[in-house]
Amino acid sequence: MALRPTHELHKRRFSRNLGVGLTLVAFIVIVFGLTVAKVTSNDFSLPQSVVEQN
Amino acid sequence: MSDASLNASTLREDEASFGDYFALLKPRVMSLVVFTALVGLVAAPTGVNPFVGFCAILFIAIGGGASGALNMWWDADIDRVMKRTKSRPIPAGKVGEEEAMQIGLALSALSCIMLALATNIFAGAFLAFTIFFYVVIYTMWLKRSTPQNIVIGGAAGAFPPVIGWIAATGSMAVEPWLMFALTFMWTPPHFWALALFMRSDYDDAGVPMLTVTHGRRATRIHILVYTALLALFAVGAAFSGIGGPIYLAVSAVLNILFLAGAVRIARRDEAASEADNFKVERSFFKLSLLYLFLHFGAVLVEAVLKPYGLGGW
Repeated sequence: MALRPTHELHKRRFSRNLGVGLTLVAFIVIVFGLTVAKVTSNDFSLPQSVVEQN
Repeated sequence: MSDASLNASTLREDEASFGDYFALLKPRVMSLVVFTALVGLVAAPTGVNPFVGFCAILFIAIGGGASGALNMWWDADIDRVMKRTKSRPIPAGKVGEEEAMQIGLALSALSCIMLALATNIFAGAFLAFTIFFYVVIYTMWLKRSTPQNIVIGGAAGAFPPVIGWIAATGSMAVEPWLMFALTFMWTPPHFWALALFMRSDYDDAGVPMLTVTHGRRATRIHILVYTALLALFAVGAAFSGIGGPIYLAVSAVLNILFLAGAVRIARRDEAASEADNFKVERSFFKLSLLYLFLHFGAVLVEAVLKPYGLGGW
C-alpha cells in the first residue's frame, strides 16, 4: 500500500480523534453543568463535617 | 513518511471511523429509548432541573447504546449471516469483537454510575438491571433458545420510561409500568411482522423465531391475537393516570388501523404476500413505528397540559 503524506487513512483517524476529543470535552461540560445544577438547587446542603469545620 | 504510527504492517484499509463506533450503539434503537425515557421523566409528578433531566436522558441513552454494543459483540456470528445486519460494524470488519465488548462494558459502567450521581442510586441500579436483562437474559439466553424470545426480551426495550420516572421521583408508581406494558405488548407484533418479510434471515441464522419454529401461518395468527390484546390494553390505558381525552382519541384511531392491518396479515397466504413483495406486512411494520411514537407522544401531551388543568380527566 503506497503511503502518501495525506493518506485517506489520516482522514479517518482524524475523524476518530476529533470524535473522541469532542466527546471528552462534552463529558467535562456535563460534569461541570451537573455540579452547578446540584449546588444551586434548593435542597442542597453541605455535609455536617464541612459545616462544623467552618 | 513523517507519521511514525503509520507503518505498513499495522495499516488497515477498513480501519474504523468515529461513525463506525457510533453505529455500534444502535442509534435507531437509541432514539426510541430517548423518547420513551423522556416521556417517563416528563410524566412524573416531580419537577426536575432541566439540565439534570437532560443528563438523565443522555445517560439512559448511553446505557441503551452500550447494551446494543454488547448485543453486537455476542451476536457477531449471526449478524454475519443475516442480510439485515451484515453491514453492522463487526460483520463489516470495521470494529473487532473484543473492542465492541470493551466499549459496551465501559459505557455500561459509565452510564449507570453517572445516572446514579446525576439523579439517584435507584435509577442507576435500574439502568444496570435493564442492560443485564437485554444482554444476558435476552441476547445470551432467550434469543437462541425459545420462539418466545421477542415476547420476554421485549421487556428490555420497555424499561426506559420506568427509568425516566425513577430518575425524576426516586420511587416507583403504577403509571410508568403502564408505559412499560404498552411497549412490552407492542414488541411481538412489531418484530413478527419484520420476521415475515425478512423471510430467510432468521432461518439462515438459526434463530428460533416464531416464523421458523411454528411456521408463517401461526405467526400471522399470533400477530392478530397479540394486536387484539394490545389494542384492549392501549385504549384501556386512556382511563388511567397516563391517559386523557387526547390520548383516547389518538389511541382509538391508531388501534383501529393497527387491528385492521393485523386482520389483513392473518387473512393473507404466502402466495398473496409474495406476489406483492409483502406490501401489507411492510406497511404494518411501518405503522407499528408510528403507533408507538404517537401513543407516547399523546402521553407526553397529556402530561405537559396537566399543570394547566387541561391534560388527563
